[in-house]
Amino acid sequence: MEKSFVKKILIFLGILFLAIMLVLPLVSVLFHAFENGIKVFIKSISNEEALKALQLTLIAAGAAVIANTVFGIFASFLITKFSFRFKKIFSLLIDVPLAVSPVVAGLMLIFAFGKRGWLGPVLDYLGTKIIFDIPGILIATIFVTFPLVFREIAPLMQTQGTEEEEAAAMMGANWFCIFRKITFPNIKWALFYGSALCASRALGEFGAVSVISGHLREKTNTMTLYVEILFNEFELASAFAVSSILVMISLMILILRTIAEYKAKKWEDK
Amino acid sequence: MFKGTFSADKNKAIPGFGLSFGITFAMVGFVVLVPLASIPLMFDGYSFKDFWETIADKQAVYAYVVSFSCAAFASGVNLFFGIVLAWILVRYNFPFKRLLDGMIELPFALPTSVAGISLTALYSDKGLIGGLFNMAGIKISYTPAGIVVSMIFVGIPFVVRSIQPVLEKLDRHYEEAAQIMGADSTHIFFKVIFPEIFPAAISGFGMAFARSLGEYGSVVFISGNIPYKTQTLSLVVMNKLEQFNYPGAASIALVMLAAASFVLCLSHILQIKRK
Repeated sequence: MEKSFVKKILIFLGILFLAIMLVLPLVSVLFHAFENGIKVFIKSISNEEALKALQLTLIAAGAAVIANTVFGIFASFLITKFSFRFKKIFSLLIDVPLAVSPVVAGLMLIFAFGKRGWLGPVLDYLGTKIIFDIPGILIATIFVTFPLVFREIAPLMQTQGTEEEEAAAMMGANWFCIFRKITFPNIKWALFYGSALCASRALGEFGAVSVISGHLREKTNTMTLYVEILFNEFELASAFAVSSILVMISLMILILRTIAEYKAKKWEDK
Repeated sequence: MFKGTFSADKNKAIPGFGLSFGITFAMVGFVVLVPLASIPLMFDGYSFKDFWETIADKQAVYAYVVSFSCAAFASGVNLFFGIVLAWILVRYNFPFKRLLDGMIELPFALPTSVAGISLTALYSDKGLIGGLFNMAGIKISYTPAGIVVSMIFVGIPFVVRSIQPVLEKLDRHYEEAAQIMGADSTHIFFKVIFPEIFPAAISGFGMAFARSLGEYGSVVFISGNIPYKTQTLSLVVMNKLEQFNYPGAASIALVMLAAASFVLCLSHILQIKRK
């Protein structure tokens, strides 16, 4: 009797908290986006500025996913299958981007690649510009999501050990064959999960990109920066319309991620 | 000794060391080391006195108070609801449980700036929740209460996700034993279960606190960015950046980094001690 009463109260509290803190903000984005009718919605998301921002966001997220997936695979293979000097330092350095606040990350990139940065003269000589330009947005996005794939797959590779790889190598298999036939099947769902996590973080990145972009409306606006501009100009309907696109993409990735997580768990249990 | 010899052989046994090392080293170098190497440059021509004046400035001191108190309060709220949520997700069965479990991840999945504008609208005087509080004369958006709301939003998954696995693995024999010996359920929770989940709860609290302290995207909209009142540390950093005061921004950033590392270390030490 007493137990079922406590149970009901706790479930009620938990659901109430989730409904107010997480679900309501989500629903409110969609509600405000369509508040003034579908025409206003379409107009706000189909103008050139919005489309350009969407394009840049997708490019940046794509670059982050590709770069960090490739990095994650090689880095976790290196850290878990081999032993060498400075291994600890390597894994520490890989985690640095998670500890740094995104705004500070942006600041560090300005001092590395900016006009006054220590690589500035080199970039000047090459005639390329990184900060306040698209390459800077890409680097900032890659930086903030750098360790995400690595952290998902490295623990799995660690538990798998090296015996199977060693046996395959003994029989003369080359690296690619070993990776494809032995390492990859073990990590594939975790790899997918990590990439999806990376994609969703990259889509929503705001602080670092905001510092790097220099707020050039036509050139370096990502979706999140465009939302900020619209909100500050009191164009609330447009701000929420653009946000709703981000929300829909994020939800899609979240669903994919949950599926991948489920499959990964099943694989582990086997 | 033996281990060292063995690993030297191992490196030869599996192919791909050179390739993996080359790619990893190049990418860590470009993405992490190059930006890290720029830190000394940030303080170029900046004396310790300048640094001290920046971090002890009135605007900064108010921001410490706002950031730390809001982050502590929000993480406290998250600690409570995090335990409740982890508990009901692990121990109880009810409709739509899996959906609820997936929703915990929303703050990780949603862009923080989108969450920011949505919360600001909801908790403003004309918003759905803000309107209710406004009738009672309480304002949330553009006050410290608003900052707390957005910090609760970004912090909750950390607490739930660190307690959940511990609860799942918890051996129920102790509870049953306590029950047989006649302990009531409050007693069982605080004497048997709570000590087990305490380290995980503290670690979740620490992570939520560190994240809240550095939070920018969702806080910038709801806080109103009013100096001496609702300006958090990350907003002060951004403010200095916009005025091209790079060393000033870097000084505050350094304090933030030190505070976040301190909290994470502290929670780590507490965890080890409990074990």
